[in-house]
Amino acid sequence: MTGTEIARDRKAAVSARALSKTFGQGDYAITALDSVELDILENEFFTLLGPSGCGKTTLLRLIAGFELPTQGSISLQGQDITDKPPHRRPINTVFQNYALFPHMTVAENIGFGLRMLGKPTAEIKQTTERMLALVQLEAMAGRRTDQLSGGQQQRVALARALAPAPKVLLLDEPLAALDLKLRKNMQLELKSLQAETGITFVFVTHDQEEALTMSDRIAVMKSGKILQIGTPRDIYDRPTHRFVADFIGDINILEGTVEHTDGDLATVRLKDGSMVSAHLGPASARSGDVSVAIRPENVRLASAGETPTLTGVLENIVYFGAATNLHLRLGTGEEIVIRNPGAVDEGRYQPGATIGAILQPELIRVLE
Amino acid sequence: MAEPMTAMPASPQPRQRRRLVRDLKAMPGFTATAWLCIVTLYLPILVLIAFSFNENRSVVLWTGFSLDWYAKALENDGIRNAAWVSVKVALFATVISTIAATMAALATTRTKPFIGQGLVYGIINQPLMIPEIVTAIATLSLFALVKKLTGLNGIGYLMLAHAAFCIPFAYMPIRARLETMTLTLEQAAADLYAPPLKVFTLVTLPLLGPGIVAGAMLAFVVSLDDVIITLMIAGPGETTLPIYILGAIRRGITPEINAVSTILVAVSVLLVMLLFIVQRRMQR
Repeated sequence: MTGTEIARDRKAAVSARALSKTFGQGDYAITALDSVELDILENEFFTLLGPSGCGKTTLLRLIAGFELPTQGSISLQGQDITDKPPHRRPINTVFQNYALFPHMTVAENIGFGLRMLGKPTAEIKQTTERMLALVQLEAMAGRRTDQLSGGQQQRVALARALAPAPKVLLLDEPLAALDLKLRKNMQLELKSLQAETGITFVFVTHDQEEALTMSDRIAVMKSGKILQIGTPRDIYDRPTHRFVADFIGDINILEGTVEHTDGDLATVRLKDGSMVSAHLGPASARSGDVSVAIRPENVRLASAGETPTLTGVLENIVYFGAATNLHLRLGTGEEIVIRNPGAVDEGRYQPGATIGAILQPELIRVLE
Repeated sequence: MAEPMTAMPASPQPRQRRRLVRDLKAMPGFTATAWLCIVTLYLPILVLIAFSFNENRSVVLWTGFSLDWYAKALENDGIRNAAWVSVKVALFATVISTIAATMAALATTRTKPFIGQGLVYGIINQPLMIPEIVTAIATLSLFALVKKLTGLNGIGYLMLAHAAFCIPFAYMPIRARLETMTLTLEQAAADLYAPPLKVFTLVTLPLLGPGIVAGAMLAFVVSLDDVIITLMIAGPGETTLPIYILGAIRRGITPEINAVSTILVAVSVLLVMLLFIVQRRMQR
């Protein structure tokens, strides 16, 4: 199922239309967000992925209401919220540095949103206790927030944002400050928390692995634009842009020319003359010079007697436990990486040897 | 990491030497210089305090310990009146200047950057750079004009003058505090449905508290210590403690003056200690 198919049969929680944000004026203007069109669906774990400065945080801040867009509109469940201040939006944020109130206890932090909504004391108390249990911090209710570890602060921030039961929860790189092991645990916890509460999560990260692990759908951003929206598999297996292909995981990119097309299949002549059949994306060029991409794990070593797709000189062997990467230099000067599961026969595969590689045809993509 | 983890087990000597070079304490004469500075700073005050306990009337000849001069000072109506005037003026000046400084600090840090923001900052701080005697004469001329126009008299003029020159002193720590407070906490409060007024009262103000207290204490001490402006503005019956001391030493220094000065020092030290504690809390 592709991203667009999902979009058709579910309602949008957050929609952005022609959303632009420019900082500064005149010659110093910086376009942080450039005509973004986006539909984030109900109950979805949606990730905004991109390098720093790509506009993902700006987009999040526009949804939260901390910034006003220069152009375009944002709606929440069909209602225009573009001009609403943050305190009138049923959207809560988990901040990157948690932003816990240092002059309040853990319980006061968690109850703050409900207090501002004017809920009765009993309800605030009850919900706070439920939230504390949810993030397993019952024992910390009376603590000051600076007496907590980073992971615990992170949980308090999460509980505080979830307590008022927002329509949408925004998470701004909430795991960035945690160490690797804690981060892995929190990834799974966040994911199950989202499933449990059924709240729409909008998650911002620059960590592609994190995005692939947690998300229902991912929007890959670059220079204020969304390049591709899709499920983790869409993004990984069927990247439409060179940038997306490059940013997520490792990828081999080869130059070639389209010879002819048949439906969404193209026959491409690579620079060394070999012919491959590759899938066309919706906006790929259907003629002329193109780039084709294939993941290293979809390239394998040619066994004896097989006709290799490409041949090259082995330059490097990098062994990392579960797999071995073999770096081949092709006659055209291009490099291609083969990811071989497990170790390789070191006697046979030595730097300088000429090696044949087979590209799995169904997993070659023509980039836009 | 600068050094690889596989470094040889014990090679403390070169590392130690490197640390010594960076350490200022290793500079020749460091300790002597440090002590010289401290002695120069505090010796006069120590002498003053010591002779406030002198039995004899002399402030150069020690004869024995006594608390008589403190008793005398506290019984002296002139000193008591002056102290009361000082406290009244300082309290009024502290309240007014701290409120004004807080508003100014908020306006220069919590609003959208506006044209002339740097100028406003400069204007608020400039009084610190203007020689006090100039401010004193300027205030005197202005007040003379106001008195002539309105016919009003009283201690209010002195209080207003103090409030005015205390503003930049109160402004500095408050602004410093606001600058270290990221906007994120206020945004978090707004995100959790707090309307702007609640954001201010529940988040900005409590967090700004240490800065406001520091600013208020600084204003209080500055007002309490002031001589030049007070000398120009104060009318009859508005003698503050520093002015009283100034008048008294014209008739010769007595241990009584030492005793009053020691009390002033004690009050200042107490306030500075409080300021220090508050600032420690600020850094958290």
